[in-house]
Amino acid sequence: MFCLLAETSFHNLQELRHNASLANKVFIQRDYSEGTTCKFQTKFPSELESRIERTLFEDTVKTLNNYYTEAEKIGGQSYLEGCLACATAYLIFLCMETRYEKVLKKIAKYIQEQNEKIYAPRGLLITDPIERGMRVIEISIYEDRGSSGCSSGSSSVSSSTAR
Amino acid sequence: MHLGVSESMRECEYSQISTRSSTPMETPFKKKIPKKRKWESFPGRNKFYCDGRIMMAKQTGVFYLTLVLILVTCGLFFTFDCPFLAEHLTPVIPVVGGVLFVFVLGTLLRTSFSDPGVLPRATPDEAADLERQIDVANGSTGYRPPPRTKEVVINGQTVKLKYCFTCKIFRPPRASHCSLCDNCVERFDHHCPWVGNCVGRRNYRFFYMFILSLSFLTIFIFAFVITHIILRSSHRGGFLNALKDSPASVLEVVVCFFSVWSIVGLSGFHTYLISSNQTTNEDIKGSWSSKRGKDNYNPYSHGNIVTNCCAALCGPLPPSLIDRRGFVYLDTPQLAPPTNGITVYGSTQSQQSHMAAATPLLQQQSSEPVIITASPENGGALPSRTSLGLGGPCTSLPLGQPTPATSTASLSCQESTDMLPVHAHAHSHNHSRPLQDQVAHHHFLTPEDLPSPPAGRWCSGPEPDV
Repeated sequence: MFCLLAETSFHNLQELRHNASLANKVFIQRDYSEGTTCKFQTKFPSELESRIERTLFEDTVKTLNNYYTEAEKIGGQSYLEGCLACATAYLIFLCMETRYEKVLKKIAKYIQEQNEKIYAPRGLLITDPIERGMRVIEISIYEDRGSSGCSSGSSSVSSSTAR
Repeated sequence: MHLGVSESMRECEYSQISTRSSTPMETPFKKKIPKKRKWESFPGRNKFYCDGRIMMAKQTGVFYLTLVLILVTCGLFFTFDCPFLAEHLTPVIPVVGGVLFVFVLGTLLRTSFSDPGVLPRATPDEAADLERQIDVANGSTGYRPPPRTKEVVINGQTVKLKYCFTCKIFRPPRASHCSLCDNCVERFDHHCPWVGNCVGRRNYRFFYMFILSLSFLTIFIFAFVITHIILRSSHRGGFLNALKDSPASVLEVVVCFFSVWSIVGLSGFHTYLISSNQTTNEDIKGSWSSKRGKDNYNPYSHGNIVTNCCAALCGPLPPSLIDRRGFVYLDTPQLAPPTNGITVYGSTQSQQSHMAAATPLLQQQSSEPVIITASPENGGALPSRTSLGLGGPCTSLPLGQPTPATSTASLSCQESTDMLPVHAHAHSHNHSRPLQDQVAHHHFLTPEDLPSPPAGRWCSGPEPDV
């Protein structure tokens, strides 16, 4: 299963979506222990055990958490931005990007990079949490089908044994 | 175990994929170009203007009243009082008044037109995953209605998260469902008809600056209209003469006199809320009041008044989560057919057999929620189309088997309105509902999932308990 996917080398994410069938989805929930700032649980989901190393997964989630902490940090820069915006009756936001939005762009870039480098070759894809209301990190698990000569029946068998 | 079934299911998937990808272009009722913005299929009760840039609640009548009151009062002040005051006192008065007026209008429009922090509803997959977690937590014994709450510890304080049946999510801490807009709103404060929008995480600071500046503006106008009348009466030698000269001033004094109390009171109240980092919702419920228990405290407070104020007013502005101007893509990954992987996986043992048989049909149903929600008028036409798509190789097996499930499901639908256990039971069947039921399913889904008015009010808006 693993090597089959590695052989076909899905570097293109579109190709992965196209050629493999979606088998399952894992949802990483939010961690509210430190308040309502955006933070995700780093607990490793058992569904991914056969797919990816624990440290790689934890690294990704921790990096994402750090980005969100950076975006929601209350400090000099956010005060400056807030006061400036207030002084212009918040009209400045019509033509200025907030810091949060800048970090979100970084996050989107990071996720795409991670998907291309680490996740797609393993038949996994991360969805940017902003597309899911920042409630969950959605990880889609794909399994091989059709195109690489592997019949759908056997792939479903292999996935059920993997579980 | 059910490998044979899933084998044939896979075949169905393939045929469905091919029909799905070909139909959208051919079907007669989908003549529009598939490029559609997300606000057009937004599930909540909101109004959108300017192609989704502006978002408001459904009822906007009172908002226009607010706008007219402010515009008329300020208009009268600038035309009838300011010239006299500028001439006899100082030209600073109209300037300050103008700045305040612009600020009030700016913040009012920002409050009314922006997204208050609406949480998008769960995708079918996410909802199914939650359903599975609830089943697991419940020991999957079936009949009892599952306790749909989740407890989390926030900064040492235990907080109960409630499940929202409309949005299919556990509401994050501080979020609440607005019954008027039918959305879960982050850090929900209250629904304010005066600004025609919910007040939540994203527009609270605009709202606060609005009422604060409005209270200054009202006091400012009130004070200078009185000054104007007094000055004029000393110039013209008589109070009544002065009133005759500028009758508009009387109207302004009346409007300001009646509004100033409530506005100043409201800004005082919100100043208190901001300094203790609470929401109106939490304050009314007394969530963090020490009356509830000795060690009850507000876990969100930063500890001191200054930090709380700065965090609320100058903290980073969170982004909108509903991407209203994004395009709807019909085959986004979460809508891809194999949702069954999750549903079968997550279903309880007792339901598994007929569930597995019914899933191909469920896929069809769950693979098109965008269309269903997008255009209710298409809802009626939909089943015919989907059944057309199903005419392929897989009709025999799935349609034959699930009849018992169908009958129980539809039976419990009819009874479900007032019997709670059956209600919950029917709910867990929701995912396995076969296609024939789809029309009925739509009717049934509305009262159940968007709960009936009294139930809806109970599970939404500022809640009595927690």
